[in-house]
Amino acid sequence: MTEYEVVIGLETHIQLNTQTKIFCSCKADSWEQPPNTNICPVCTGLPGVLPVPNEAAVEKAVILATAMHAEPQSLSFFDRKNYFYPDLPKGYQITQYDRPIAVGGYLDLPMPDGRTRRVTINKLHLEEDAGKTKNEKGKRYIDFNRCGVPLVEMVTNPDIRSADEAAQYLTRLRQLLRWLGISEADMEKGHLRCDANVSIRPKGSAELNTKTEIKNVNSIDAVRSAILVETERQIREVESGGEIKPWTLDWDDNRKSLHKMRSKETEADYRYFREPDLLPVHLDDDWKERILADFPELPLARRQRFMDTYALPEYDAEVLTSERSLSEYFEAAAQAYGGDAKQVSNWLMNDVMRMLNDANIPASQLRLRPEHLAEILKLVDAKAINNAIGKKLLKKVEKSGKSPAEIVEAEGLAQVSDDSAIREICQKIIDSNPAEVESCRSGKESLIGWFVGQVMREMRGKADPQMARQILSELLKQ
Amino acid sequence: MQLCDLSALELTIKIRQREVSAVEALDSSLERIRAVDGRPGSLKPGQLTAEDQKTLHAFITLTEERARRQAENVDQQLAAGEDPGPLAGVPFTVKDLFCVQGTPTTAASRILANFVAPYTATPIARMEAAGAIMLGKVNLDEFAYGSSTESSAFQPAARNPWNTSRVPGGSSGGSAVSVAAGEAVLSIGTDTAGSIRQPAAFCGMVGLKPTYGRVSRYGLIAFGSSLDCPGPIARNVSDTAAMLNIIAGPDSRDNTAVTLPPEDFLEKLESGVKGMRIGLSPDYFRIAIPDPQTGEYCQQPLPEEIETRVRQTAELLASLGAIIVDDVPMPNTRYGIPAFFVISRVEAASNLHRFDGVKYGYRTPQKMTDLNKMYRLSRGEGFGLQPKLRILMGMYVSAAQYSEQYYQRALKVRAMIRRDFEQAFDKAGKYQLDALLTPTTPTTAFSIGDIYGDSVLMQFADQLTVPANHAGIPGLSIPAGFDGQGLPIGVQLLGPDFSEASLLRIGRAYEMATTEEAWRQIKPQVLR
Repeated sequence: MTEYEVVIGLETHIQLNTQTKIFCSCKADSWEQPPNTNICPVCTGLPGVLPVPNEAAVEKAVILATAMHAEPQSLSFFDRKNYFYPDLPKGYQITQYDRPIAVGGYLDLPMPDGRTRRVTINKLHLEEDAGKTKNEKGKRYIDFNRCGVPLVEMVTNPDIRSADEAAQYLTRLRQLLRWLGISEADMEKGHLRCDANVSIRPKGSAELNTKTEIKNVNSIDAVRSAILVETERQIREVESGGEIKPWTLDWDDNRKSLHKMRSKETEADYRYFREPDLLPVHLDDDWKERILADFPELPLARRQRFMDTYALPEYDAEVLTSERSLSEYFEAAAQAYGGDAKQVSNWLMNDVMRMLNDANIPASQLRLRPEHLAEILKLVDAKAINNAIGKKLLKKVEKSGKSPAEIVEAEGLAQVSDDSAIREICQKIIDSNPAEVESCRSGKESLIGWFVGQVMREMRGKADPQMARQILSELLKQ
Repeated sequence: MQLCDLSALELTIKIRQREVSAVEALDSSLERIRAVDGRPGSLKPGQLTAEDQKTLHAFITLTEERARRQAENVDQQLAAGEDPGPLAGVPFTVKDLFCVQGTPTTAASRILANFVAPYTATPIARMEAAGAIMLGKVNLDEFAYGSSTESSAFQPAARNPWNTSRVPGGSSGGSAVSVAAGEAVLSIGTDTAGSIRQPAAFCGMVGLKPTYGRVSRYGLIAFGSSLDCPGPIARNVSDTAAMLNIIAGPDSRDNTAVTLPPEDFLEKLESGVKGMRIGLSPDYFRIAIPDPQTGEYCQQPLPEEIETRVRQTAELLASLGAIIVDDVPMPNTRYGIPAFFVISRVEAASNLHRFDGVKYGYRTPQKMTDLNKMYRLSRGEGFGLQPKLRILMGMYVSAAQYSEQYYQRALKVRAMIRRDFEQAFDKAGKYQLDALLTPTTPTTAFSIGDIYGDSVLMQFADQLTVPANHAGIPGLSIPAGFDGQGLPIGVQLLGPDFSEASLLRIGRAYEMATTEEAWRQIKPQVLR
C-alpha cells in the first residue's frame, strides 16, 4: 500500500491592533458593537471619499515582517482587487499585489520530538478587511463595522507536512504576534484567521498535486482536525481511483466535517491595478530604524538564552517565554535576586503563574513586582522568614502593593529563630500532650511532624521549622 | 452692468467695503439665473421646447435657501466687524460631481439622482470658509464622461451662451456656462482630460487645471482617480488666481494632495513675461484621428483660425518681452487620447463598482431574490450609455489576458508623454521652457447633436488638453478672441509641475495687453 504524505500551505490573515482603521479614523476594533455603528463615509465607500493610510498599520507590518525574517521592501504599492460583494462597499478591496510590504521569511517551529521545522513564507501584504454578511431567514444583513480593519495577509510556502505542524505553526505565530504586541491574535474573535491549502502525494515524491482550500477554521484545534479529515478524504479518493478536484471546503466545527463551498476550476480575474488614491509606501532607512528601535528579542532566542544564561531546563525556559511580559518578569526577578535562577523559575511557575491565571492578567500588571519576588526569595534564603510565610507574602504584596519587608515588619511575620522562645513553646506542647509524647517515645517517631505542626501553629507559622524540629526531638528523647 | 457681471475680486471688495451686500449680490445672480437659465436638468425632461433651446440649463439643483443663509451670514459678519474671508459674498457654482452636505449630488446620473451627500468636499468647504456663496450644483456629462455635457441624465443639458445651438463643452459644461452668462462669478469644475479647459475655451472663459494633487479630490466623485483635478473656471485670470488661492493646499483627507506650503497666486500675477521662455510645438497644431472607415490614424491640420490665434498670442507675448521658442517637439502628443481611452476607463470602471444599488443611490424597484440579478438590473437601469461603455471598455482592457497589451502599454505611453514635457521644461535642456503655448481645443464649440453618439470622435475633442492630465502638469486655458462664427477660441498654457503662478502670470499679461481689444467687449448671445 502506498504511503502518503500531506503537503500544506497556510494563508493567514492577521488583524493588526492599531487604534484606528487602515484608511480612516474609525476605531479599528468593533468587538461587541452593534452592527454599523463604527463606520464613516470613508470605510463605507460613499461617493467621493478617499483612503488615507494609517502609518501604524505599515509599522506593525514591518515589525511582523522583521520578526518573520522577511525583507521589508523600501518601496511597496497598494492595489485594487475588484469584485462585487455586498459587504465590500467600494466594489474593490485595497490590498497589495505584486509589490507587497515584505517578501520571503520563515518561522522556525520547535517540534515536541526535538526537531526544528522551518516553514518559509512567500510574502506578507497589507490590506483592508471587508464587512460581514449574515444570512438569516432569507434575508441578507450587512455589517460594515469591520470594513477597513487593517490586516496582514501572510502566505506560507507548501512546507508543512502534518496537521500537527500546521497547529504548531499557528501556535508559534500566535505567540509571536502577541509577543510583538501587533495583534491580539485571538482566533475565536477572528484576529487571526487561517485558510489551509491541502494536497497529498506518495511519500518521497516532490510533486505538488491538486490542492483543496479549507476555509472557516476558527481555532488551532479546528485547523488540525480539518486537515486530518481532509487528508483522509484525499487518500480515500486517490486509493479508490478518484481524482482530487480544486475545491474550496468549508469546515463545520460542530460536525467536525468539511463540505464543498465551490469548485475553483477557473481563477477569478480581480483586475488588479495600482490604487491611484494612495501614494507608494516609501519605507526609508530612517523610518525603518525608528520602527525597529524597540524591536524585542524573539521568543525562541529568549528561550535559548534562558537555558544558556540562567541554566534553566528546557521546560522552564519554554513556559517562561510563552508570553513576553512573563519572560521579562522572570528576567527582572532573576537579576534582582542574583541567586539560583531556578528558584525564581519555581516560584514563578508554581505560585506567581497561578496568581496570573486566577486574576487573568499578564505579568506586567502584577503589583507584585519582580523586585518584590526577589526580595521575598532573599528573605527566605536569609531565614528571615520561612518558606510558607514567603508564599503568603506573594499574595499580601499583590493585595497591598507594599514591599515584602514592610509587610513582614508591620505584621510581625519575621521568623523566630530564638532558641529559648521556640524551646518554651515546644515544652508547652509536650506538657499538654502526654499521650502523644508517650507514643512517640515508645517508637512512633513519625509523630515528630505532628509536634512540629503544633509548634508552628502556636507560633503562627513564624518559627524556624528546622529549629523547632531539632528542639522537639531533643526534648522528646529525654 | 449688473453685480453678477463683476469679477470676483471687484465684487468682494464692494461687499467687504459694504458698498453692496452679499444678499444683493446673491439676488443679482438669482435674477440672472431666472432670466437665462430656463428649467433645470431633470430625469423626466419631456419634449424640448423652443424656449428650452434658447435658455442655458446650467443648473441641476439650485440651492437658493442655503445660499441666502450664507449671504446673510456674510453680511452679519461684516456688520459685526468680522472678516468673512477673501471671497466674501462671491456667488459660485459647483459641478454636480462634488459632494456638498445636505444637497443632492447626482454626478448627472440616474444612479445617484436620489443621493444626498452627508459631507462636503474639501474644495467646496474651503470656498465656503472663504465666504463664497454656493448657488447650487451645475450640469455635466454623466460622471464627467464626455466633452459636451450632452450625456447628462438630467436634460435639457447645458447650452453655450454664445450660441445656444452649440454645446458648451464638457464635462464641466454647466460650470463654464454659469460663469459665462453671469449666473455665477466663479465655478469649480474638474479636469480629467480637459473637462475644465475645453468648456472654458468653448464659453470664452478662463479655466485652470492645476497640477495633479494641488487641489484636494476629497469629496469629488471619481472618474479617473490618477487624472482628476478640481480647478477654477472664472471670467478672468485674476479671479482664477484668487480662487486657486482658496482651494489649493494640503489636505489630510487626500493622500495624493501635495504637501507644499500655501502659495499666493495673486502676488506676482502682474509681474509680466519679460524673459520667460514660451514654446510652440508643431505637434499641437495638428490632430491625429482614426479614419472612420479604416481605423488608421491620420493627421489633420487644425482649423487655420485657431492656429492663427495661437501664433498671434505668441507674437503679442513676444512684444511683451517673452522669448518664443518655436518647433518644440512633443512627439507623443498624438498618443494621448488612445492612452487615456484605456487608463481612464480602467479607473472609471473600478470607481463605478460602488454603485451597486446596495447602500445608496438607485436600486431597481423590481422585487429581487437573486443578488447578482439585483446588481445587474440596478446598474443596467441606473447607468446611462457612457458609464456602460466605459465599464465594458475598462473591464476589457484590464482583464488578465489583455492587461499587458492595453493597460500596461498605456501606462508606458503615459510615461513617454510625461517625458516630452520634462524635456521641454528641463532647465538644463535644449528648450528650457517656462511654458508651452498651444490651442486648447481642435475646434470651437460644435453643434449640439453633431458629435454626440460617436464616443470615439467625441473623445478627440480632448486631444490637446489630455497630455497635461497624463503628465500631471498644470494647464491654463484663456480666451483669445472669436472665430468667424462668433464662437470663442481658447489658447492653452502648459507648464511644469506647480508652475500655476507662471502660467497665470503669462495669462494675466496677455489679458492686460488685450483689454481694449474689440473682441473683449462682445457679450454672449444670451445677454445681448
